[in-house]
Amino acid sequence: MTDTEIKISIRNLYKIFGDNPQPALQMIKEGMGKTELLEEHNHVLGLNDINVDVPAGKTTVIMGLSGSGKSTLIRHLNRLIEPTAGEVWVDGENILEYNDKQLRHLRQHKMSMVFQKFALLPHRTVLQNAGLAPSIEGQSEHKYADEARKWLDRVGLYGQGDQYPHQLSGGMQQRVGIARALTSNSDIMLMDEAFSALDPLIRTDMQDLLNELQAELQKTIVFITHDLDEALKLADHLVILKDGFVVQQGEPQNILLNPADPYIEDFVSDINRARVLRVRSVMTKTTEPSGEYAGEIDHNDNLESVIGLSEGNTALSYRVLKDGQQVGVLNMRKLVRALVPSEQSDDPESARRSG
Amino acid sequence: MATYDFVFDGLGLRNWCGSSSDGGGGMTSMADLLAKTSGQDAATSPWETPFPSMDELHRACPGFPQSRELTTGLEEGFMSIKDGLKVVVDPLTQPLSWALNEALWVMQAIPWFVMIPLLMLVAWAVGRSLKLVGLVALCFGFLAFVDYYDYTMQTLAIIFVCALICVMFGVPIGIAMSRSDRLQRGMIPVLDMLQTLPPFVYLIPLIFLFSVTEPKLYGIAIILYAIVPVIRLTDLGIRLVDPDVTEAADAFGMTKSQKLFNVEIPLALPNIMAGVNQTIMMSLAMVVIASLVSAPGLGVLVLRGIRSLELGVGLLSGLGIVLLAIILDRVTKAALARINVSQSR
Repeated sequence: MTDTEIKISIRNLYKIFGDNPQPALQMIKEGMGKTELLEEHNHVLGLNDINVDVPAGKTTVIMGLSGSGKSTLIRHLNRLIEPTAGEVWVDGENILEYNDKQLRHLRQHKMSMVFQKFALLPHRTVLQNAGLAPSIEGQSEHKYADEARKWLDRVGLYGQGDQYPHQLSGGMQQRVGIARALTSNSDIMLMDEAFSALDPLIRTDMQDLLNELQAELQKTIVFITHDLDEALKLADHLVILKDGFVVQQGEPQNILLNPADPYIEDFVSDINRARVLRVRSVMTKTTEPSGEYAGEIDHNDNLESVIGLSEGNTALSYRVLKDGQQVGVLNMRKLVRALVPSEQSDDPESARRSG
Repeated sequence: MATYDFVFDGLGLRNWCGSSSDGGGGMTSMADLLAKTSGQDAATSPWETPFPSMDELHRACPGFPQSRELTTGLEEGFMSIKDGLKVVVDPLTQPLSWALNEALWVMQAIPWFVMIPLLMLVAWAVGRSLKLVGLVALCFGFLAFVDYYDYTMQTLAIIFVCALICVMFGVPIGIAMSRSDRLQRGMIPVLDMLQTLPPFVYLIPLIFLFSVTEPKLYGIAIILYAIVPVIRLTDLGIRLVDPDVTEAADAFGMTKSQKLFNVEIPLALPNIMAGVNQTIMMSLAMVVIASLVSAPGLGVLVLRGIRSLELGVGLLSGLGIVLLAIILDRVTKAALARINVSQSR
């Protein structure tokens, strides 16, 4: 990841659920395990020493299976859950030192949230729901209506403003949820399994919509999901959680090519690598024009499109361009090798798993 | 000889008892008298062993109090705090008397040709259903036709005032209960007691406390009896509000009061309205009983039916109460149905 401004920075964050978390925290710091803590002291370790930097204007996806603490983690970013220990810095301020008023200001103006179960107000119209943030500030409906309608139109809900949420389908309700977050005009959007309750086709639509919006608006998005395909589709920065701690984080391509431990290898073994991997992650970096090229490809093309272009001929090589400048060379043979997980290691176990 | 002499002898309490039971300190109970007349004290079979009740123990030991003394003790206790209680409660409840008097006066002062259309208008505003308005017109028309108009209006006035006060106090209490588990645990036995105590029992201490001519006497009795459902269902309704929605309200930075008025109460409204419906029904039930302590209205006619065995009056006024109940129930349920339609999920 190139040097970008860090918007949210989580430092040494711990969360322990239970009656008396402080002594339990001490035990965890002294090296006690999660199961031991639960069995012997009846405290649940939610988050264990989380350190994550969320880059500004990018989509950070936090992925993990259920129970890995991802929903707990995202709720620390706007303090819906208070941590047991640690710091959360937003725009250079530690929000854990905020008082109630500052915290409300943060939630109203800097962070908005999209929920898995939509969480719309059933007694308000779609327009009123979309305008929730300005209405909390005390703006009247006719004042915020234009802004709210603009975002409703943008997410594809033309002229639905007077409906009630229960009259809309799940996908449309979540569009209202997104419009509500956008109307608040905050830089940061927290999305808690926002698309998990939708059926697969609608989910793909919504992912495309989010990518489109993100290309246009460049919000800082923190997205929670348990679905690796979704994570890879949306992520600029990927954080993988397991049992409350961060297993690996970084650029998704990088995690895919260099999984840090068997847990992640397992995770990544099932996905369509040709669609996810980009030319830039597998090419040989060189600016020298040498040899013969079958053609020119962009550094952000995925491998699937290159395979299509080469019609399966592994003898070819391509020039890789970035903004019209050559940045590397891609040999088809190298490309094919990248499609097999962990080809660098000679571990027969992982080879078998990938087969 | 009494059955339980051995208890006191065994415990060595004979001296505390004072004179021995045979000393005969006067006839103290009916059982004593009966025993005296039958005169076969000695031959009691084990099957007839009496329960060691207060009276029975008193027979063995005159120092032990009789059950009668328990009730008189309660009475005396109440009497001794009565004056102090009255100083506090009387001014506090005085507005209730005023409200009831005013409401009774207003409802009867407005002529029928204004009042009935007004009530129809209220039914329309609440239920938006012509059928309902027709029902209201029909019922009040009938009651007026049989010359029960004044009684009906009195009953209605009392119910309006009492139900309003029930909502005014019940909803905040319910909200407080939904916020605090401890308060809920404390309130539930109180509510259970209020709901199960026979309605007549409310009246007894109130009669001692206030004069029978004061409207607040029956006002308090009705409110105590009818406030329970609105408290319970407000508590339930707020607790049942979807936690996802309240979390969203938090996430967008609502203050506590914004959350209460813009999220929790609106979402709990179907349950709160069900509670209001129940409260109105229960105050209607109580207003009949309260006619024993001078509450005016249809209840007076029912009472007359019982007292002087006027069957026709009793039945007709009973029918009047049923009609009133039907109207009040349908109108509040129509309001409930409208809320449900707008937010069914």
